[in-house]
Amino acid sequence: MNKLELMKTANEIRKGIITAVHSAKAGHPGGSLSAAEIFTYLYFEEMNIDPNDPKKEDRDRFVLSKGHTAPGLYSTLAERGYFPKEDLVTLRHTGSYLQGHPDMKGIPGVDMSSGSLGQGISAAVGMAIAAKLKNADYRVYTLLGDGEIQEGQVWEAAMLAGHRKLDNLVVIVDNNNLQIDGPIDEVNSPYPIDKKFEAFNFHVIDIDGNDFDQIEAAFNEARSVKGQPTAIIAKTLKGKDVSFMENSVDWHGKAPNDDQYEVAMEDLKKVGEALCQM
Amino acid sequence: MSDVKRIATRESYGNALAELGNEHDDIVVLDADLAAATKTGIFKKAHPDRFIDCGIAEANMMGVAAGLAASGMVPFASSFAMFAAGRAFEQVRNSIGYPHLNVKIGATHAGISVGEDGASHQCNEDIALMRVIPGMVVLNPSDDIEARAAVRAAYEHDGPVYMRFGRLAVPVINDRPDYKFELGKGVVLRDGKDLTIIATGLPVCNCLEAAEKLAEDGIDAKVINIHTIKPLDEELIVEVAKETGRVVTVEEHSVIGGLGSAVCDVLAEKAPTKVMKIGINDVFGESGPALELLHKYGLDTEGIYNKIKTFV
Repeated sequence: MNKLELMKTANEIRKGIITAVHSAKAGHPGGSLSAAEIFTYLYFEEMNIDPNDPKKEDRDRFVLSKGHTAPGLYSTLAERGYFPKEDLVTLRHTGSYLQGHPDMKGIPGVDMSSGSLGQGISAAVGMAIAAKLKNADYRVYTLLGDGEIQEGQVWEAAMLAGHRKLDNLVVIVDNNNLQIDGPIDEVNSPYPIDKKFEAFNFHVIDIDGNDFDQIEAAFNEARSVKGQPTAIIAKTLKGKDVSFMENSVDWHGKAPNDDQYEVAMEDLKKVGEALCQM
Repeated sequence: MSDVKRIATRESYGNALAELGNEHDDIVVLDADLAAATKTGIFKKAHPDRFIDCGIAEANMMGVAAGLAASGMVPFASSFAMFAAGRAFEQVRNSIGYPHLNVKIGATHAGISVGEDGASHQCNEDIALMRVIPGMVVLNPSDDIEARAAVRAAYEHDGPVYMRFGRLAVPVINDRPDYKFELGKGVVLRDGKDLTIIATGLPVCNCLEAAEKLAEDGIDAKVINIHTIKPLDEELIVEVAKETGRVVTVEEHSVIGGLGSAVCDVLAEKAPTKVMKIGINDVFGESGPALELLHKYGLDTEGIYNKIKTFV
């Protein structure tokens, strides 16, 4: 995909996020919207995957460690063809396979159940170790929240990843700077995030996580790194492209009502139309 | 029982892992800086390339094990019961139990027979914590033979398994040619008609001795060994309760949430029976030599015998 196509895809994924969360009347739009470019690039460019064979042995793996942004992952998987986009409106509904947090048992394309913060990165480390043990060349990607890295388990996992030189592992931190109780540097600052991962023997790349050129360059750089895992610290805008959700802590874990839904979809439609003019 | 062979079940765990490692390439053993104590060091020596020391980070170890299992390996994650079931409870619940991943948890140093380390390390709560997780198999072998068989059965079972082992060397009681380990099946070790002692793990051998002492008093006790706490052999438990009336449960675990509670759950619903629960009575342990502590807390032969005498 060229850059414009990626941007249009991210726009479609954002529409899916809003549609799913609105239908669920609950969920986490802010951190799903902030990571839309990262989701898009992973599933449409970076990863070796096959939506028709989600369990393919040699596929690259993705673990959504910040599992509450499941709407972002689900909308991406649907857009990529793992399951029908029409199913997104069943998110969080009783009996739906689209659980509030990723469930690997029931959702095609979900490689690991997650949602309890700090745990996904450990599973990703286990998957990367398994690849090394089996001499398999698949790569493992995991997306963390910047609030999530307050969890001690993240650093237990990072220590082991650095120690075992897992160069098949890429940790991405969605640095949108907001968590439930406020800005992360006011709640309990994890900054400097890059220096922390460096200290745990990671190769670290700082990028604008809403910019496809920078995302592409970072993943390419990560592939060339040997003997070290890579951490991509992606500065993003929480709630991106929905006017009233942008950089607003209120929209971390809240669904838009019907009126707000109309405004949000109109915002996204305008972004999409602007892309078509390019 | 001083003339019988004594082996700690943690030793059996390490030996069985090394053996299984020879047979299966997909076994990986993880530890959290306790390889010398959990005896996974035996596996490490035999298969160093498939041993992963996670350092002192049990929460991460459980997640790493989940990732390995999700990638087709069969990980055995090992630590003391206190840390495997206690510290890492939520990781076991959410990263292993909820996705029903094929992770085996080898928990050593369970119960007060940890001894001198004292209450901080004496886990009397792990059976309760693990059996409440949907789909988790919970094994608590009574001796070397059963422990080695349990490790093998855990490997063959597809899904998460929690195995409980002890630090203290215990008598070998299952050394018989027809011994067979069947997951989920209780074993009648002694027949009797007056009451049934349903025991698990370390005190099973003491229950056999207590039954002999009871026989001298004219009380004929049946003794059942429950090596699988979950899934529990409900059929056998209901059958013996109906047959002998009274039931006594014995375990080196809190009387809250362990074997005793599991047996009461079954009997309350299917065959209301008077039950006496023998175990750790809702208290923390303390430092001391293991055998002295087992005596003090009423889990040696004498303690079990005396308690049962108040029940019949």
